[in-house]
Amino acid sequence: MNTLVIAEHDNQTIADATKKAISAAIALGKDVHLLVAGENCADAVADAAKIDGVAKVLKADDAAFAKLLAEPLADLVVSMADGYSAIITAATTNGKNFMPRIAALLDMPQLSDITAVVDANTFERPIYAGNAIQTVKVSSATIVMTVRATAFPAAGEGGSASVEDLTSTGDKGISEYVGEELTVSDRPELTSAKIVISGGRGMQSGDNFTILESVADKLGAAVGASRAAVDAGFVPNDYQVGQTGKVVAPELYIAVGISGAIQHLAGMKDSKVIVAINKDEEAPIFQVADYGLVADLFNAVPELDSAL
Amino acid sequence: MNLKLQIKDFTMKILVPVKRVVDYNVKIRVKPDQTGVDLANVKMSMNPFCEIAVEEAVRLQEAGTATEVIAVSVGPAQAQETIRTALAMGADRGILIQTDVEVEPLAIAKLLKGVVEAESPDLVILGKQAIDGDNNQTGQMLAALLGWPQGTFASEIKPEAGNIGVTREIDGGLQTIKLNLPAIVTTDLRLNEPRYASLPNIMKAKKKPIDEKTPEDYGVDVTPQLEIVKVAEPPVREAGVKVETIQELVDKLKNEAGVLS
Ligand SMILES: Cc1cc2nc3c(=O)[nH]c(=O)nc-3n(C[C@H](O)[C@H](O)[C@H](O)COP(=O)(O)OP(=O)(O)OC[C@H]3O[C@@H](n4cnc5c(N)ncnc54)[C@H](O)[C@@H]3O)c2cc1C
Ligand SMILES: Cc1cc2nc3c(=O)[nH]c(=O)nc-3n(C[C@H](O)[C@H](O)[C@H](O)COP(=O)(O)OP(=O)(O)OC[C@H]3O[C@@H](n4cnc5c(N)ncnc54)[C@H](O)[C@@H]3O)c2cc1C
Repeated sequence: MNTLVIAEHDNQTIADATKKAISAAIALGKDVHLLVAGENCADAVADAAKIDGVAKVLKADDAAFAKLLAEPLADLVVSMADGYSAIITAATTNGKNFMPRIAALLDMPQLSDITAVVDANTFERPIYAGNAIQTVKVSSATIVMTVRATAFPAAGEGGSASVEDLTSTGDKGISEYVGEELTVSDRPELTSAKIVISGGRGMQSGDNFTILESVADKLGAAVGASRAAVDAGFVPNDYQVGQTGKVVAPELYIAVGISGAIQHLAGMKDSKVIVAINKDEEAPIFQVADYGLVADLFNAVPELDSAL
Repeated sequence: MNLKLQIKDFTMKILVPVKRVVDYNVKIRVKPDQTGVDLANVKMSMNPFCEIAVEEAVRLQEAGTATEVIAVSVGPAQAQETIRTALAMGADRGILIQTDVEVEPLAIAKLLKGVVEAESPDLVILGKQAIDGDNNQTGQMLAALLGWPQGTFASEIKPEAGNIGVTREIDGGLQTIKLNLPAIVTTDLRLNEPRYASLPNIMKAKKKPIDEKTPEDYGVDVTPQLEIVKVAEPPVREAGVKVETIQELVDKLKNEAGVLS
């Protein structure tokens, strides 16, 4: 029995989050097969074959998989699930969307967002916004789980996996892709950036985020936000860091005008170094910050900008 | 003649599963024996994402699109209160599937499938995740079991005759899809801002009917399949130091933490 990893990709390259999920898959001790389902995904397949630890790449190239909609993808995975004792993907919004559908079709329970592999059947996962860590043992025939990417290193390069073409299971046509409004940015992706600078309600407006962006560009950092800043419309939804947004664990996280609610901490408290800039010295964010500066952000951030 | 039918060329029945969870403001404590989280005497509320689901259903009803909104909860006797909250927000009636077992998402989805088969809704709106288990599974599993399409993490929905447009919050921004009805939708934070129930509506809700069921009524075995070995505290992060100036901060980041060059 082997381990199947479902890849996230843009038809060109395999996502960093998938390479991290592969590290979790390797820890199960079986051969790892990587499914690349997409449309015109030959480049992504070639990229996949180079990943260290991948024994075989399974290619499903069909219009049905162009946007990784859950309905056709789940049918495909279920059609090939025999022979796999574990099915794994990264806990991205795609993975969170399709994986439970696969689990239910296989009549298997799912583990969400695992952060550690204890042994081949036992895993750790955070619950209650990371305020408790559950150790769970799985005895089902197939282990179905999503992996919190920030908890694992990315698998390296140097592999030379074989490639097998799969027959498409098609699309039943109950769901249809209409369009996308993607945030365009030259900055690094939030979940894989080495430095993240996030703004909260204290930023007061979307326009004021330009002072964070200027610092971000000097540091090669990604820009994030609290829920309050997203709800207020300062920045798009995909900036949200937290329990119900993105989980980040960069080398350096700078929280600006963010109070430090548990839901926000859940998304960033595993960062290596945390800096907080807040005018309220009682703000809970200072309880997790390695370096705290009690100051008005509208003075402190421009000062930081010129000090870099 | 039905007045609503004059206004709308289509109408729908909506089912909203709601979960009773620890209030989001509560700082939970792990039990010293590591068997779980101490829930004795802590404030319980409706899961915030479920509130958003109820709000959306009630708005569709107020707009004349929904004919009936049914709230269902799986849980202990006290989950009645959660259903009453949904009724006070505007749902018409409730179903409580009573059990003291901590039911896993797959079994909850199987129970909800039973409810769907009995009630034939056109749309089921769930929360994207419960803030206790943080599983983010139930809606997708229900969609799978029913063979229905799913629109997860919705920030906007537009029901039409025979289909529903769903705008989804995804990692890169927003994605819009169109689903055949009947369908499953799960809510994200930006879908709406849930109302507070008014006192008169809370009083009215007391008279609305709640059906009581058990998992056996639906022939579903709710025995957990996963074994919780232990529940532990996460490693604690110590507060660091306060710096006085930006210059001191930059110096420390460069020379002490080594994260800036
Ligand atoms: C179901 C649910 C899910 C949630 N999920 C998330 C999530 O994923 N991520 C998330 O972030 N939140 C989430 N939240 C919201 C969370 O509870 C908080 O409301 C939110 O994080 C607060 O954002 P904030 O810190 O920006 O705002 P506030 O708490 O209002 O804090 C603003 C801070 O800015 C400071 N400030 C103001 N002006 C200045 C200034 N000029 N200079 C310096 N400092 C200043 C203030 O002192 C204050 O500390 C969720 C809540 C719920 C109920
Ligand atoms: C032995 C055992 C011990 C457990 N111990 C713990 C523990 O200590 N701590 C812990 O957090 N969890 C524990 N769980 C898991 C807990 O029961 C989960 O909360 C449950 O599995 C549902 O997951 P979820 O609520 O996170 O689902 P999600 O998939 O995140 O929920 C999404 C949506 O599904 C709907 N939904 C979910 N549950 C219900 C429901 N009951 N009724 C109606 N609608 C619902 C709601 O619309 C909700 O918004 C345990 C489970 C078992 C089997």
